[in-house]
This record gives sequence, C-alpha cells and structure tokens, in this order.
Amino acid sequence: MTIRFLLNGEPVQVDAPPTATLLDWLREERRLTGTKEGCNEGDCGACTVMVTDPDGSARALNACILFLPQLAGRAVRTVEGIASPDGALHPVQQAMIDHHGSQCGFCTPGFVVSMAVAHRNGRTDHDDQLAGNLCRCTGYAPIIRAAKAVETAPVPGWMRADAETLRSASFSVSQISSGGRQRSAIGPSDNGDGGRQPPTCPTSADDLAAWYLENPKATLIAGATDVGLWVTKGLRDPAPIAFLNQCADLRGIVADDETIHIGAMTTIAELGTFIADRHPAFAELIRRYGSAQVRNAATIGGNIANGSPIGDSPPALIALGASLHLRRGDTRRVIALEDFFLDYGKQDRAEGEFVAAVSIPVQPDRLACYKLSKRFDQDISAVCGAFSITVEDEKVTAVRIAFGGMAGTPKRAHAVEAALIGQDWTEAKVLAAQDAFAADFTPLSDMRASARYRLRAAKAMLMRYFHESRGQPVGLLEVQP
Amino acid sequence: MSAHESLPHDAAHLHVTGRARYIDDIPTPTDCLHLAFGLSPIAKGRIRAMDLSAVRSAPGVVDVIAGADLDPIPDCAPAAHDEPLLSDGTIHYAGQPLFLVIADTHLAARRAALLAKLDLAEETPILSIEDALAANARFEDGPRIYAKGDVEAALAQAPHIVEGRIAIGGQEHFYLEGQAALALPQENGDMVIHASTQHPTEIQHKVADALGLPMHGVRVEVRRMGGGFGGKESQGNALAIACALVAARTGRPAKMRYDRDDDFMITGKRHDIRIDYRAGFDADGRILGVDFTHVLRCGWSMDLSLPVADRAMLHADNAYELPAARITSHRLRTNHQSATAFRGFGGPQGMVGIERVMDHIAHHLGRDPLDIRRLNYYPEAQTAPSGASGGSISEAKMVHEAPRTGTTPYGMEVRDFILHGLTERLAQSCDYAGRRVAIARWNAANPVLKRGIALTPVKFGISFTLTHLNQAGALVHVYQDGSIQINHGGTEMGQGLFQKVAQVAASRFGVGMEKIKITATDTGKVPNSSATAASSGTDLNGMAVQAACDTIRDRIAAHLAEVYGKDDINFRDGCVDIGHDQRLSFAQAVQSAYAARVSLSATGFYKTPDIAWDRIAGKGQPFFYFAYSAACTEVVIDTLTGENRILRADILHDAGASLNPALDIGQIEGGFVQGAGWLTTEELVWDDRGRLKTHAPSTYKIPACSDRPPIFNVALWDQPNPARTIYRSKAVGEPPFMLGISVLMALSEACSACGPHYPDLQGPATAEAVLAAIDRARSA
Repeated sequence: MTIRFLLNGEPVQVDAPPTATLLDWLREERRLTGTKEGCNEGDCGACTVMVTDPDGSARALNACILFLPQLAGRAVRTVEGIASPDGALHPVQQAMIDHHGSQCGFCTPGFVVSMAVAHRNGRTDHDDQLAGNLCRCTGYAPIIRAAKAVETAPVPGWMRADAETLRSASFSVSQISSGGRQRSAIGPSDNGDGGRQPPTCPTSADDLAAWYLENPKATLIAGATDVGLWVTKGLRDPAPIAFLNQCADLRGIVADDETIHIGAMTTIAELGTFIADRHPAFAELIRRYGSAQVRNAATIGGNIANGSPIGDSPPALIALGASLHLRRGDTRRVIALEDFFLDYGKQDRAEGEFVAAVSIPVQPDRLACYKLSKRFDQDISAVCGAFSITVEDEKVTAVRIAFGGMAGTPKRAHAVEAALIGQDWTEAKVLAAQDAFAADFTPLSDMRASARYRLRAAKAMLMRYFHESRGQPVGLLEVQP
Repeated sequence: MSAHESLPHDAAHLHVTGRARYIDDIPTPTDCLHLAFGLSPIAKGRIRAMDLSAVRSAPGVVDVIAGADLDPIPDCAPAAHDEPLLSDGTIHYAGQPLFLVIADTHLAARRAALLAKLDLAEETPILSIEDALAANARFEDGPRIYAKGDVEAALAQAPHIVEGRIAIGGQEHFYLEGQAALALPQENGDMVIHASTQHPTEIQHKVADALGLPMHGVRVEVRRMGGGFGGKESQGNALAIACALVAARTGRPAKMRYDRDDDFMITGKRHDIRIDYRAGFDADGRILGVDFTHVLRCGWSMDLSLPVADRAMLHADNAYELPAARITSHRLRTNHQSATAFRGFGGPQGMVGIERVMDHIAHHLGRDPLDIRRLNYYPEAQTAPSGASGGSISEAKMVHEAPRTGTTPYGMEVRDFILHGLTERLAQSCDYAGRRVAIARWNAANPVLKRGIALTPVKFGISFTLTHLNQAGALVHVYQDGSIQINHGGTEMGQGLFQKVAQVAASRFGVGMEKIKITATDTGKVPNSSATAASSGTDLNGMAVQAACDTIRDRIAAHLAEVYGKDDINFRDGCVDIGHDQRLSFAQAVQSAYAARVSLSATGFYKTPDIAWDRIAGKGQPFFYFAYSAACTEVVIDTLTGENRILRADILHDAGASLNPALDIGQIEGGFVQGAGWLTTEELVWDDRGRLKTHAPSTYKIPACSDRPPIFNVALWDQPNPARTIYRSKAVGEPPFMLGISVLMALSEACSACGPHYPDLQGPATAEAVLAAIDRARSA
C-alpha cells in the first residue's frame, strides 16, 4: 500500500506492507539510524518519534509499534529532524550536553525527542513526560536537570512548521491508497502482499461498519499498542486489517448534563485531559497508565475491546457505571460495561461488531482509583481497584467497586458491594466487608504478584478508601521529603 | 590542564543528534546475512530430534545450522570451555540456543526460528538451592572458605548473637543496546568483527578459536556500547562467533542482534545469593565474630562465577573490622541462564550480608544502626590525606591515639580507610540525626505511612582479583600537524572512559582537547587487553596512555633541548616553552621533531603494582586500594500494601582527585539508581519449569524517571588517592552501585517502625516483600 506523510519536513511516499513498523522502515529503508530499537514493544522509548497532526497537535510515539499506515497524512520528526535544518542544536539537545544527560547514548535520541515534544507543548511535568523513556546509565537526574534548564527557552520554528506543511496545497488530502503491491525488504510480508487482501483504511464509522460486516474475522488496529506486539513479538501477520485512525467520527468526547460520550478512537491521553476536572482520581490513574508515548497512541476503545484483565481503564469506568456502545453493521446496542467481559479472552462481542463508544453518566465525584504495580510509572497493574462509594449520614447508600488483575476479566466486586451497602461507614464494617473479597475474586499468582498478595492488596485498597474518606494521609506520592 | 575538568562525554554531541553509531547502525554491504538463534523451550533434557525443514524453507532463509552440523561445536565460554555455541544434544536451560538461522533479514531470521519442530526429552531441572545442594551440583569440589581467627570460639563467647538469612535476587543488565555483532570476511580467511563487547580481546580469541585461525587473523573493533554493566564481558561471545562462522562459510558479511526478549532468555544476569549469618557481639554492638554462608546460583555454565563468588567473599566485611570471620561460599550449578558479571561483580551481594548484620544487631540492641556501623568501622587511615581542600571537619578527633591498621578477613591491611571522616561529614550535611528524630515523630503520628532512614557505607576493593589482568596497553600517534590520536585497550560503554583518558593525553602534551582524537578500541592497535571491567578502565588505560604520551613528549623535549641548547622544556597551553624566553606552538614543535626524524608514535604499558592474591587460600593483597563512599537514604512505605518510594538520597563519594567530576558524578547517580533498582523493583521470576517469565521491560522493571530520589545530593570527597593512580584519581564505575544498599536498609527501618520484631526484609524489596516484612515486624 502507498502511504504519504512528512518525514523531517519532507514529503515521502511509501510503499510497504501494512504491518511494517515505522522503526524498521526508518532504520532499514531510510538509513535513519538515530531512532533506536531498545525493546521492540513500546516499553523503553529509545525509538520515540514526534508525530504532528494537521491540526497542529504534536505527540511523542513509539516507532517500534507504529505501523506506517497510521502515519498517513501526518508528519514525523525523528532525532535527525530535531536539530535545525542548518544543524544548529535544539535547546534540549544542547542542554543534554551541558548537563551530562547522556552516558552510553543509546536511549538519548528517544529522550531528546520526548523532551523536545514536551518542550514544544509547554509541558514541565518531566517525570510524566519521560516515564516512557528508560535510561540505565544516568539515574535520570542529569536528564531532568537538562529538561528544567530549557523550560523557558523559545520553541524553535522548525518544531512547529510541520502542521503548516501538512495543510498546504502541496500535501494532498488523499494520502493513502491501497493498491500498492510493491515488494519491500522490510516487514513481515517480505514476499509482498502475496495476493492477500490489502488493508482498508475506513474514514468513518459507517465505512468501518460496512467493511467489518463483510470481513468479520479482520483485525482492527486503533493505536496498535497491543496489536503492535502481536507483530513485533508474536511475529504474527494479521490479515485482513483495518486501520481506524482516519475514522474521525469515532474520536472525541462529547458531554451534556447527563452523559459523557467518549468515542472509541479517543486516545487515553485525551481522556486523561478531559476527565481531570470531573474525576481527578481517574486522571491520576491515567497518568500512570503506560507512558506518554503509549497514552498518545492507545485508545479507550482498544483498551476495552481487547478484553485484557489488566487494562487500567475498565475498573474505573465500571465503578463510574459506564455503558458500552457496540455496533455491527447498522445494528447498535448499549450494554453495561461490566457485562462486556465474559471470561478470560472472551467478550460479549459478535463477529463484525465493534466498540464504537463508551459513555459515563455525569455524577458527583466519589471515585478513587488505586493502581498497584511493581514500578510506579509505566507498569502493568498487579491490582487495579476503583471505588465509588456514596456515604450519607454515615451510611453507605450506593457503592460500585471494580477491579483489574483479580480475575480473568475486569470485574465488579458484587459481594463486597453487598457487604457494604446499607452499613455504617466505620472501620469495623469495612474490616468485615473485606472478607467478601474472597467471594468475589480468586486471583492468580504470576510474575507481578502472588494470589495471596493480590487478595490482601485488594482488601487494603478498600481500607485505604476508608482512611482517605476520614482525611487520614494515605497517599505515598503526597509525602514530601 | 584538562585533567580534573568537568568536560562533557566525548560523544555527547553525537548522542543527542542520533549520529553516534552502534553495531546495528554501521552500514553493511547489501549481501549482509542476518542471524537468529532457535531457543530451547525447556530447562533440562535432550534433543531427540529437530525437524528444521520448515525453518529452512521459510521466506528469506539461506541456511540453518544445528549443533550436529558443527564438528567441533565452537565454544563460547570465557574460562571453562563449557559453553557450546549450539546445544550438543544436551539442554541446560530454557533459552539455550539449539540452532542458528541464517537469513536475508533480521525479521526473516526471527520468524523462521519459530518454525522448528522440536522433539525434546524433558528432564526435571535443578532450579532451587535445595535441589542443587541435594544433587551436589556445584562448580568447585566443595565450598570455598576464607577465615580469620577462631570464629566458633568468638561466637561461643559472645554475649549477644543474631542469626538469620537474607536472600537477594539477581538482576538483568538491561543495557539499552542489546547484544550485537557484525562479521566482515577479509581476504585469505581473515575476519574483522565489530561487536558490542567489553572484552574485544576475548572476542578475538574465541573467534580465532572457532575459525581455527591464529589470533592475528582476527581483528575486533569496538567504538562504543549502548551500555554494558558487565553484561558484555562474556555474553557477546556467542553472537560474534556465530557471525564469524557464517561469514567464513559464506564469504558474506553476517550480523546478529538479539531481540530484547531473546537477550533476556539467552544471556546471564547478576548472581542471586542467599546468605546465612550468625554474628556475635558485645553489649555496645561491637562485633566479635561473624559466620557467613553464601549460596549463589550460577546457572548452567561456569562463566565468571568463581571470581564473582570470590569477590562476594572479599566484600563480606565491607567497611567493618571483623575480629573473627568465616565466609563459606557455595557455587551451585543450576538450569538457568549462566549468571555472569554485573557491576560490582559479587561485591554488592557480599556487602548486603554484613549490612544486614549491622541492621540486625542495631535492632537487637535497640540502637541507631549508624552507631553500630561506625563502632565497627576499620581504623581511620593514619595520616589524613593532604592536598586538595575539603577535609573532614572532625578528622582530628577521628584519628586514633595509637594508630593501627585493620586487617580484612583475607589478611589484607586496610591502610587508606577514610570512612570515619566521610561518614561524619555526610551525616552532618544531610542532618541524619535530626531527620531520624523527626521521622520517629512523624511515624508516631501516621498509622498508615511510615518513613525510614539509613546511612550505609561502601568500601570497594579496586583491582582484578585475577592478578595478571591488571595490565593495559596504549598506542599514541602525534601527526605532523600537531593533532594526536590515542588508542588503548579499554572500551567505552557510556562511563566516559574515552574522555577521561583523552584528558590525560591533553594534559601530558599541554594541548587543548580539540587536538585529541579518541579512536575505537581495536585489537589490531593494542593487543592482549583485559576486559573493561572491575572499575579499572581509567586506572589502567589512563596510565598506559600517560606512559605513551610521556615517551613521545620526552622525545620531542630531547630534540628541542638539543636544538636550542636548553634543558628547560615545558608543554603547556598548546605550546612548548623552551627556557624562559622561547615558545613554539605545539604544532611547530612537532614539525621540528618530525623534520629531525624523531618518532612521534609510541606504545605505553602499565601494570598495577603491589598486588598478590591466592584465591584458594584466601590470603593476600588482592586490591591496589579501596574506593569509599556513603549514602543516606530516606524512604516511605505504605503499610497497607507495602508500596514504597525513595524520598531523598545524599551521597558523599570518594573518587580520589577526580579526573572529571561531572562524569564521576554521573557514575554515582546512575550507580545508586541501578543499585536501588536491584534491591526494589527488579525481580527476576522463573516458573517451576525453569522458564524466565520476566523477559522484557513489560515485566522486568528497572527504575523509571520518577523512581530516582526527588532530592538527590551527590558530592565528591575530593582528596587525592594515596595510591599512585592516574592523577591520584580513584576508580568510580562499580562502587556507587552499592550505595543502593542504603535503600534496602532504609526500608528495613521503615518496616521496623511497624512493630517490635525484626522485619527480616528480603530482596528485592518489592511491595509484596515489604508487606511481608511489615507482617513479621508486627507478628507474634
């Protein structure tokens, strides 16, 4: 297939197999070897690139799990395009030198790109912006010193030029066509597309619905933070494929007095920004969801549709009483989100049916979310608990509790809820309700945590919610040195 | 003068622009072949049959090689000749290479490697310490034992005894650049290898062996590594050998790099250790005798396990004088990846044991652990170091009335001990005592969250314990235009070795850094190099380069003395001063020497003096000197879940008269965080069939940005090394890693605040481990 995008300011037209990653293409076809492969699964950030949309927004993304069709009509800047076209260093590059921010240098290009994007976007929450870039040499301190040093430096002009070029007449709107059959040295389809069905790139939900009905076994690719690993690690070659990134009507958040409607293609980053005012605990959970690069790619629809028992958004959404909007052809249905997750790897989704949106009833904020992982940032939850408990006159009048990491699916804690509802909101009653966790959950032991610890931690989270409601300090991250 | 200047890393500009080249970035000819190993899914057993037909017929595959196709199968081991490149039919661990795929692209090779039909006879693997001990599966006939004094008598007479056990997990290196090698076939069967390795000479040796060539037929070049940490001391051999083998067979270049998951599955990691201890002490907490038993799981092959385990024994005392001590060390053979070198090389593991004892004694006596530590320190060096400013404010009172030296359990006198003064200055600067009181108060008011603080020292022995490795060579050229090219046997893995050595060269010639070109490590330029390891890179190679520079400088000076009839020749400020009134630019002086047919090229050589070591007897002077450091770390834990954070770390580190304070501080900050990761979030998990379950950054968690201490104060104890090292600097690569132990001890303190009992915190102190320790503190 043929894809057009901007690379370091220059238009490029690419013929490549649909699951060729940007990283392989940059390194092997373009000989742009500044972008590094550190893990090939979106966890280390050595391959971070900057992607600008025509609307002018710029994001850091992991090139190792970014397929070329996802770039259609966008602009990519690699580390080679962060310095000015005449070679003058970007302020973050100079600061990294001045503050000794590189040692072995292998992670450095990824850091430089993440830092340049954060700098362009005026972000000074450096720990969050850089949580997706691993460094094994420096201990991060000099990198943060560099980032702080350039917070107020002007954004170089070339860092903003791409959006204008994208909108210019020279860069046409029909960036993508599926007719290509060109042989390429990269990607899993090494022998060309081999007569297989070329991927489709629907431009609307209607488009997708019609196509998916005819291709119900197809793989839908939204942000590719999960499917990317099927390809780079599982070495699978999914087909047929639809790339959903051009379905503009599936993306975005609309809220009225009663409902917050979140399109499936809304990224986790966008959701985090939107939800911060209404449910700060959800935003805080999202802050620790993956990394900036992952949140910029991953979508809420993908996080739900893949049915993972350890996805972080479902517990919070279930606690908020979210509904899931599914569509198959022209048939639409709405179900409670918790009912979507039937069993491990099994969801209430018919063939050809896709997640179109999730909606949350507007409500007073009582949400608390607790993510437990081996590492605080950019780690998969061992246990993720979400609580929404209404206490009136010292009695529990409404309660929704959901967990990830405690079962084969994200799951509501019905027995715990039953043990709490109508009870006095006291430590003794909370302690008593903790026993009900064993009725709700039989967690597994794995490399993240033992079953016993998971159960213990889930109970502890309920107690934490109680302590928090009593104004007791429980937030580890709030303790000042 | 460039020595002692805080210059940036020599390649910083290349790093930040993406132009620094690593192995996979080197342009290769279009006919380059790409390799991937097919790995064993089982930990122990035999290959009944391998059907590789689907591998062979996969798209892009050129050839497939199994162990049976090679006679002999090349060996990859650094010492024991026990690591066949491909399984000889016996399977020793899950992840062991069984066959080699040769393909047109990296991806094609990886994809094809999954297509083998393996018929394997699985046997029960030896995984646990108990299983290995029961099977007597070990790498030496019995345990190695080092002893000083009569430990049984000391323990029998001791008024107080603590005993216990601490297990500390291993650690994956997670160098950001995975293992990689490229072989370029030359005329007449010669081979050029580019490898990401800390030990080019060993690659040269092993490749020559595999190809049946003399070493002169193989040239290995290393410009840089994307991190090493010990993981590229021996673990790169297999890739280089595989590439060389394929290049020799096909006449085509061959490249191999491990996908990250393969890297985790194939390569060795830090040794995990279990330490049993029994310590006797008096009512003040003064140690009378300690008995340690180390048990290390070394994995399937010997690799470097013996010297690693030795170094753990050699650091069982850390900073403390033990009147009687016995260290018994078991090196077990298990069906895991072969544990290998990792920053500290066993030292950190040994050190954790005695720090745990200090912590336990303090708990037993209800005392501040820092008091117990200081009480047991070796005596301070007899003469305070002179020269640079910054001596301890309390040095005078710390000097003993009747100066004496302490003696280590292996019979070496500790003559350069400075931790009394260093600890005092750090304790003052970070307000250890005041904060300890404040923390106790805070803990009393906070039922859910608890804080802890600990200040722990490091005394780390500098030199390879295999004495003959303590040598280095250099090659320096001065060109007609006054530019200078330097080369030495050390490799650059991010530590800044190249820059520090270039600073030495610039200082010797009195020229600016722009005159110095640092060139890739190359076995064709400097032969017989040792691994860049044991923190020795600058000590050894700096001296060798200095010697080479001085040879050339002396030749130029002699020439000028003759021409001008003056003996007073000085190289400085880019010029050469002749007497008091004449001055040439360095380039003019060089031109003059060249025209007079003076050789402007020289080799340099250095061997560390004053070391001798008998590793069987456990006696001698294995180290040229000790490097010292101390860290004070404060943490907070959540008693509901065991989750924990570092709040602050203060470090005072002895890098001697630092050659480059900025680069040294970089090593200290990075070492601390890496050490903290080892003891907190970095957990290796194998399943009950011996398969590593944490084989990617998604499951194996090295510290991320926010895991560094939010307050992180690092200072240098800026005193010249009493030992005659390069510009009186000290080695700095490994010592700061062990500062991470302060995190474990601070967590132990926080757990102790939860209840009356000793929390017996195990490592890594994951949230789950911390919660278990809290339970123990509260229990019974």
